[in-house]
Amino acid sequence: MAKTRTYEVVVIVDRNSSEEDLAGFPASVAGIIEKQGGTITKSEDMGMRRLAYEIKHQTEGRYFLFEIDGSGQEIAELERRMRVSDAVVRYITVRVDEDRRRAAKFKAKRERKASRRNSGGGGRRNRNDDFNFAAAAATEEETVEA
Amino acid sequence: MAEQENGNETFQGMESIEQEFRQMRGGFRRVSRKKSCALCRDKVDIIDFKDIKFLNAFIPERGKIMPRRISGNCAIHQRMLAEAIKRARTIAFLPFVTD
Repeated sequence: MAKTRTYEVVVIVDRNSSEEDLAGFPASVAGIIEKQGGTITKSEDMGMRRLAYEIKHQTEGRYFLFEIDGSGQEIAELERRMRVSDAVVRYITVRVDEDRRRAAKFKAKRERKASRRNSGGGGRRNRNDDFNFAAAAATEEETVEA
Repeated sequence: MAEQENGNETFQGMESIEQEFRQMRGGFRRVSRKKSCALCRDKVDIIDFKDIKFLNAFIPERGKIMPRRISGNCAIHQRMLAEAIKRARTIAFLPFVTD
């Protein structure tokens, strides 16, 4: 069973890099990942952002966000290259497939419980109490229309 | 303990200070009220470390993570929250300390 894991990678690139380096960064990341057999699900240039604290004596950095599907080898390779690179000042890789699966399970369970409460409970109530109400409402409607 | 039962005046002074401390500690214990977990009520399943607008609600001015007895979060959500805040700190979305 080939397990596809999903990762989120946020990278901060040195703001003093050349414009072509900055613009071409997502493409180079895509190249690395795809060469290893992974797929990039999402690639976002978050632009220049103010850093919460100084990194390498800078107060702003260029942020990139990637969402990557793969086995994990691509991430290892990507991180290896980023560690060596001078342009990348910081990165963080988070594995998200497990969390998302668990969240979806909770959501599905909650929705199932809600729908069961709405339909099942309502049906039982109709048989006992609301039956009279329905009949009364029908007769009322008839008189109003007439 | 035997020395405190002495009729000595300095010892009596110290005993009253101890009593004050004990009263203070009792007061602290009553300060934290019971609060329901706001995240459980809003049915939050994932806390994204990139969503700093959400995280900022749990970070008072100094930048520290709000403890459970003040935020009222349940253990599960507090752990998710703390992990997300720490991740956000590593990529400078949130500061470690603010001055």
